[in-house]
Amino acid sequence: MTLQSLVSFASNTTSHGSTCKSLKCRECGAEYELKALHVCELCFGPLEVNYDYDQLRCTVTRDSIEAGPKSIWRYRPFLPVVGHEVIDLGTGMTPLVKSCRLARRLGLKNLYIKNDAVNMPTLSFKDRVVSVALTRARELGFSTVSCASTGNLANSTAAIAAHAGLDCCVFIPADLESGKVMGTLIYGPTVMAVEGNYDQVNRLCSEVANTHGWGFVNINLRPYYSEGSKTLGYEVIEQLGWQLPDHIVAPLASGSLFTKIYKGFREFTEAGLVEPKTVRFSGAQADGCSPIAQAYREGRDFVTPVKPNTIAKSIAIGNPADGIYALEIARKTNGAIESVTDLEIIDGIKLLAETEGIFTETAGGTTVAVLKKLIESGRIDPDETTVVYITGNGLKTQEAVQGYVGEPLTIEPKLASFERALERARTLERLEWQPVMI
Amino acid sequence: MAVKVLIPTPLQKFTNEQATIDCSGTTIAELIESLEQAYPGIKSRICDNEGNPRRFLNLYVNSEDIRFLEGIDTGLSNGDEVSIVPAVAGG
Repeated sequence: MTLQSLVSFASNTTSHGSTCKSLKCRECGAEYELKALHVCELCFGPLEVNYDYDQLRCTVTRDSIEAGPKSIWRYRPFLPVVGHEVIDLGTGMTPLVKSCRLARRLGLKNLYIKNDAVNMPTLSFKDRVVSVALTRARELGFSTVSCASTGNLANSTAAIAAHAGLDCCVFIPADLESGKVMGTLIYGPTVMAVEGNYDQVNRLCSEVANTHGWGFVNINLRPYYSEGSKTLGYEVIEQLGWQLPDHIVAPLASGSLFTKIYKGFREFTEAGLVEPKTVRFSGAQADGCSPIAQAYREGRDFVTPVKPNTIAKSIAIGNPADGIYALEIARKTNGAIESVTDLEIIDGIKLLAETEGIFTETAGGTTVAVLKKLIESGRIDPDETTVVYITGNGLKTQEAVQGYVGEPLTIEPKLASFERALERARTLERLEWQPVMI
Repeated sequence: MAVKVLIPTPLQKFTNEQATIDCSGTTIAELIESLEQAYPGIKSRICDNEGNPRRFLNLYVNSEDIRFLEGIDTGLSNGDEVSIVPAVAGG
């Protein structure tokens, strides 16, 4: 290894005004140059980007951030890029919606919805991580980029690669929702539909990465890619008027998003941009793929892989790489990790849509359903300022709710036909409410 | 039992930069010993001090995670493919 890797990383640091210093193993602390590496050569622990926090404290202020672009790149000093040019498709700065109707329905006084269902360009939080990963891929000289994906990452990688003029090859499970497949193919990448689940796709991609010199956003570019999720933490702080919330609820797949929101909160605190406060972190999984929730329930500090079987395909990762870190964060912040059934997920999607006008995909339905479960079991205080992260758009997973949202009333183009249909609809609505009224 | 082993990039410096090698063993544990014989030093990278695969490393036999089989006691047959894969992020 490592002598070669370890030398001269310091010289890469600030020549372009960048604050990132090195890659550092989260387990053993070994440091590496800022190259396309994702695991420690000594212990296989994940590598994380290490920044010059002294420089960040001296140079970044609330004003300097607010003067930046209306995208994730307003936080550029906290992101792992070193060059002048970034890929900016207006990603990030999505709405933080103060909830009224959902909050009232659930009995919360201060509920906010971070709505990445309208993130640009492909309507999920993945645009954040991919914008960072492909900016760094270009800096590292890659001409072909790739990923293993449950759908959203494929959409985002294909779209942003098209914008940046990079060749793209993505790997997805063959049984993915048609909206996610179409939402990838349209950008013209090579799409490999693998007959297997996401964990098998991931394994195959790791094998491909060993033999092809491509930039895999979630493999050899992972340390850069994952940093993009920190912006979900920064934005919430800024949008709350430079304050931390009391409690966040977010979906858990690999656990990366969860740990990076935590890192984002910690970095802004360390940089003096926000007053320190303990934020409770709660995570959401589907019963049909809940290895982290199971470990949490059983008091384990390790995660046993499972074989996914749920409609929540975007978070169906049976072997979550950052699961142990997510567990650690939930426990030390006095949060919780819960799971819900597929039916509860559908109800969660409908509840958010009917109360807030936000159509989320299954991951968001999972998160809303877990939010509800945590409130009902007294694990979220009604007075807490709670932020729920909605990370994807329901238009991509319409199959999940088909058969659960009713049908349009087909009528003739005549007033009488309309009146008859309206009366019938109102009667049905009354019948639907009857059991509740009794 | 003659098996094919897929070596991840961080371990290829032990295998003369070979991504695929042929090796032998009747179980995963035996295979790891054979690898150590052929490529000294590789075992301590694959396994922790107790001889178990490191927690951030996944081992597969014919695409199946050994944690769904018999762990390091998983049996091997002629022509099996064993893959060593570091954990990766998702999505």
